[in-house]
Amino acid sequence: MTAFVSVTILGLIMIFLIKEGLPIFSHVSVKEFIFGKFWYPTDDPPAYGIFPLIVGTFSVTLLSTVISVPLGVMSAIYIAEIARERLAAIAKPMVELLASIPSVVVGFFGMVVVSPFLQDTFDIPSGLNLFNAALMLAFMAVPTICSVTEDALRSVPKSLREGSLALGATHLETIARITVPAAVSGISTAVILGMSRAVGETMVVLMVAGGAAMSPSSIFDPVRPMPASIAAEMGEAPFGAEHYNALFATGVVLFLFTLVFNVCAARIARRYKR
Amino acid sequence: MKSIQSRLLKQKIMFGLFRSAAWLNGLAVLVVIYFIAARGLSAISFEFLTAMPLDSMTKGGILPCIIGTFGLSVGAVLFALPVGIATAVYLNEYAKPGKLVDFIRFAISNLAGVPSIVFGLFGLAFFCIMLHMGVSLLAGALTLGVMSLPVIIGASEEALKAVPRTYREASMGIGATQWQTIYRVVVPAALPGILTGTILALSRAAGETAPIMFTGAVFFTPELPRSIMSEVMALPYHIYVLATSGLDIEQTRPMQYGTSLVLIALVLGMNLFAIILRQKLRKKLNL
Amino acid sequence: MNRIERSLTGIEENDPGNPKFLIRNLQFYYEEVQALFDINLDIFPQKVTALIGPSGCGKSTFLRCLNRMNDLISGARAQGEVLLDGENILSRQLDVVSLRRRIGMVFQKPNPFPKSIFENVAYGLRITGVKDKAYMAAHVEKSLKLAALWDEVKDRLHAPATSLSGGQQQRLCIARALAVEPEVLLMDEPASALDPIATLKIEELIHELKQKYTIVIVTHNMQQAARVSDTTAFFCMGKLIEVNSTDIMFTRPKDKQTEDYITGRFG
Repeated sequence: MTAFVSVTILGLIMIFLIKEGLPIFSHVSVKEFIFGKFWYPTDDPPAYGIFPLIVGTFSVTLLSTVISVPLGVMSAIYIAEIARERLAAIAKPMVELLASIPSVVVGFFGMVVVSPFLQDTFDIPSGLNLFNAALMLAFMAVPTICSVTEDALRSVPKSLREGSLALGATHLETIARITVPAAVSGISTAVILGMSRAVGETMVVLMVAGGAAMSPSSIFDPVRPMPASIAAEMGEAPFGAEHYNALFATGVVLFLFTLVFNVCAARIARRYKR
Repeated sequence: MKSIQSRLLKQKIMFGLFRSAAWLNGLAVLVVIYFIAARGLSAISFEFLTAMPLDSMTKGGILPCIIGTFGLSVGAVLFALPVGIATAVYLNEYAKPGKLVDFIRFAISNLAGVPSIVFGLFGLAFFCIMLHMGVSLLAGALTLGVMSLPVIIGASEEALKAVPRTYREASMGIGATQWQTIYRVVVPAALPGILTGTILALSRAAGETAPIMFTGAVFFTPELPRSIMSEVMALPYHIYVLATSGLDIEQTRPMQYGTSLVLIALVLGMNLFAIILRQKLRKKLNL
Repeated sequence: MNRIERSLTGIEENDPGNPKFLIRNLQFYYEEVQALFDINLDIFPQKVTALIGPSGCGKSTFLRCLNRMNDLISGARAQGEVLLDGENILSRQLDVVSLRRRIGMVFQKPNPFPKSIFENVAYGLRITGVKDKAYMAAHVEKSLKLAALWDEVKDRLHAPATSLSGGQQQRLCIARALAVEPEVLLMDEPASALDPIATLKIEELIHELKQKYTIVIVTHNMQQAARVSDTTAFFCMGKLIEVNSTDIMFTRPKDKQTEDYITGRFG
């Protein structure tokens, strides 16, 4: 019976998000909600268009992926294929430890150390922006990507590496043409999991993304991704009010995004097992 | 034809690149920890750890946050551990592979991917409002517990899988029922592994902010929590509050660094402990 | 070529020419454990040399010294001399990548890459930057014909290599090794994972190939050693006990241990 607790909880999460989010659609249409360009929930009359929040989430996730995927995959290749065994044995738990740094601490670091640094270096009005948030998210996604990629690389049979080396391939050629292609589905799972983590991460974007609900035109513009909006405004939104419902509906959209990521990752992982 | 020299040169360059990527990561961690530690250490004193906050949280200590975080994470594990072990036992010992098990696993893996803020929304709507718990230690702990469930299930399953089949066969062979075998042989043998997973879940729950923002943690409490229905302060939320909406953000910087350092030390310490424990366990199993 | 012809050529060739490999005082260690003790052996071109002995005797370790495959094992080191055409291949200055192009290897279990049949054979050329498609196709065909696999796969060159049977996969691995035109072919129990018919095909192939290549084969199958090899070396406990022409080895072994092993009294 207890095994169904997880199923029940997942079901309850969906039910309650929808139950609390649905009433907003008596005020705005689904189309207006998702594609509406203005998010002014406290104005009179209020505007509930989460398009800028969705753009915020996507831009931050995309930029952080561009940073974290090469770093994570390259580190994993180094640890799994190149580093000496003793170094690799230390690196693996180090990566896990890195994954466990609380997000609020990463956000804090972004606020007090990275932000002033960016402000001075690039001479911009505020260091709290898309770029800073993407950097901090990448910092949090790298361990996930690195660790899953490493497992995928290690599960490639040794005989394939030996076969390639015995043909006079260099170590690099063996990695690039045999090991990495053989692990490619595991690596894609790693990338999707890393992105999913960036999409849903709250504290970092709440603290360092700058908070402006608008579509950015440069990487140094402030953004307001969906989780940040929910976290920042839920405290002020009275229970049962339109704003409250709109935030839950935003939660539904966010939940659906991560669901798609996770289903993709599971699909690839299943194909990989065969 | 490429010459062997050019192929080896390419290898040298690329390996250098891979190595620098790995070191860059290591460096980033060191920089973060260095800044937090160097600036936080001076704020930490006996008083800081054992006193109540004073003067609208611009002075004094963080005792209620430490106690709150302790209560929230322990409460989360108290909920997640029995449910998690039971689920893992069911999946690993009883259930026959099939559509149902696939579906349960699918639910668990998706649960693991739900953003923490969505857990916060769920906790608010379900525990706080629907079940009338209000903003309380209980509601916060249950929200964190739900979030920790996939971690504990995963760790427990791995630990159960590591118990040799021969243990089960030996127990069944002398006439024990399947339940007796699981209860007296399999689970005790898997317990150290489950414990490791539990510590990891505990540390993760301790570091989370988003799920407790609307369900358990508050800005400030004048006294320590009295019951599980009390509102509590928590370390991660305290950092967020001081850093973004405190009375005097610049002046309380040392306190923010100090609180961050306490949280990092707590979480990394628990993780390190769990990792060392696991490595010892693995060695033991291999022998 | 049938078995009688084979033994005839074996008798006729009294002058074996210069050895391809000269192994002198070879010692080998895994960490602190010595795995090979003072091995001295000559390996001749256009001959099949079989390495036999009980499990753990060091015959595979020895084979993997000949293309420095043991480099992949941390804590492994070799001392002494392994001269390939007079050059010591254990030397630190030696480039192992070039060495391995001269010395092909076939493994115990077939290990085709997760690519198409064509790409498996083309792999060795692709890594050296060959781009000419016509040349590549001709070369792949030639290698597959040499490995007696062409007729079976010519219509499905772009099917995944894993769709082949075990015996075909092993011949594919041989074709893959031949495609880089090595001088020596090392085979580590190449038929141990195969059924008798597939084994027979591999053995026939070995006979064809020895006209062009120097072949060293590790086997734990005594009949196989007797059938395919010209020279047999018997290893035991990391030591080379006896080397002789295969005919003599299997009829009048000099050493008591060799006789015991060959006649099945221990092993």
